[in-house]
Amino acid sequence: MVRVLIPSGALGLGYDRAALQRGLTMAPDIIAIDGGSTDSGPFYLGTGSSKYSRNSTKAEWRDLMQARAAAGVPLVIGTAGTCGADDAVDWLVDITRELASELGQSLKLAVLKSGQDPTKIAQLGPDRVTPLAPSGQMEPDIAASCTNIVALAGAEQVNAALATGADIVIAGRTTDTAIIAALPLARGCHPGGAWHGAKIGECGALATTNPNSGTILIEFDDVGFTITPMGDQARATPHTVSAHMLYENSDPFVLYEPGGHLDVAGAIYTAVDDKSTRVEGSIWVPSGRYTVKLEGARCVGFQTVSLVLVRDPRYVAHIHEWCDDIVAKCTAKAQARIKGHFQIELRVIGADATLGALDTGVQKGSELGVLGIVTAESDALSKDVAKMLNPYLLHHPLTEEEEMPTFAFPFSPPELSRGALYEFCLNHVMQLDHPMDAFRLTVEDLTP
Amino acid sequence: MTRLDQVVPKIRSKNAGPFWLTIDLFCETPDRFERVRDGVASKDVAHALGVPEAELKRFDIADLCVVKFSVPRPQIQGTRADRDMHGASFAYLLAGLSV
Repeated sequence: MVRVLIPSGALGLGYDRAALQRGLTMAPDIIAIDGGSTDSGPFYLGTGSSKYSRNSTKAEWRDLMQARAAAGVPLVIGTAGTCGADDAVDWLVDITRELASELGQSLKLAVLKSGQDPTKIAQLGPDRVTPLAPSGQMEPDIAASCTNIVALAGAEQVNAALATGADIVIAGRTTDTAIIAALPLARGCHPGGAWHGAKIGECGALATTNPNSGTILIEFDDVGFTITPMGDQARATPHTVSAHMLYENSDPFVLYEPGGHLDVAGAIYTAVDDKSTRVEGSIWVPSGRYTVKLEGARCVGFQTVSLVLVRDPRYVAHIHEWCDDIVAKCTAKAQARIKGHFQIELRVIGADATLGALDTGVQKGSELGVLGIVTAESDALSKDVAKMLNPYLLHHPLTEEEEMPTFAFPFSPPELSRGALYEFCLNHVMQLDHPMDAFRLTVEDLTP
Repeated sequence: MTRLDQVVPKIRSKNAGPFWLTIDLFCETPDRFERVRDGVASKDVAHALGVPEAELKRFDIADLCVVKFSVPRPQIQGTRADRDMHGASFAYLLAGLSV
């Protein structure tokens, strides 16, 4: 049997400290936590940076490093620094060095890097890189223009890091499940159970009645797994556990991982007691090819945004006419005065800013916000066009025959620079001859 | 006409990675599940989400009393045209469908 203690769904999200302490009394074999995902958008991968505050990350990582020392078991984090790019891994390694010193800990640190050279990825042919639905074949120019590309490590690479005897493993991009499934798989637990339990556990206590309690324990064996939340009030019921397969999954029964896929269509969920649920019957189906998923992000422009508030009832009633007229007039003016590509978009907050033309149930309130978004090929150009937009947002009349209106800006200056705009641009898998081919593993000894 | 949100206690939408969107209708009882399973046409869901019906994946999950739909995101997450980074608001497009 292998017991995996999962403190929370992601480092930096917070957890119930009493629940973590209870978990440490359950004799875990490993502490595993996720460091991120794509869910916060392409900026983090594009820049190789973390979404979470350095201070929050350090405070929680300090707790986990102390928990590791107390339990005497490895601590592993996957997708370090939100995106798992090499720079984000280095960021967490720096924090770890500081903490080892502050806590007086001597430890062996294994670092697994997932970053790929965009130029080399762009040269791979369709025999090596294949698209996932709904995308087409990789476009080499787009791949080459990525600021970061990562490959998602699976259990094999995490186990290579654990096999070094490391006290702490800091991994770049991994699948959400790999850090949890790795040790149970290495110790011969049921592979379907290992991957299924890892999927259920990857968001911490989200698969329980009390998501905010964070910490859960999963016991893996040669038949299946049992999940037990460590929070006082939290319960893992057959319903909360099986319903978690819906979460952020386009297919609730099948999950693709490096080297195969998990099929949970035949899984049986049984209540062990009030708090725990037992799961058996999930199947791991090995694949003939070993593939890892690729994620990439690239800069596609620069943005400057403005926000103006419209309270005049006549303008509220005709807001889209007003916006369309401004976009047309300002675009024409900017095209006449500058060279370079740009787009001006106005979104009406309080009407259809969230869903755009798909929204058929719009109801306007007494005031509206108009969010002006200028996207351009350079930062300077986006700021310049946003300044041309400003007089329109301040004074543009609905008709020529009326007194000049004035609208409400909450700030001076009203333009806010957003900097670079990044987009995700790979939805492909890469075939490897050996799981470690795309990954780099290093080990260092930290001393206080 | 009965609106879907008058029958289904909870409708949740969320990204399933940057390229997919998934929407779960938590019906909570077998009666409501059967009403939604039989009364909500996939073509109406696809139309509300602005995607071709052929791209819609549908799962009627009796054990959970859940009907689940997954579609390629109308705009890839975080692109210039995307308005909802986590895909949280698409649930409301289904709320007004008739059952």
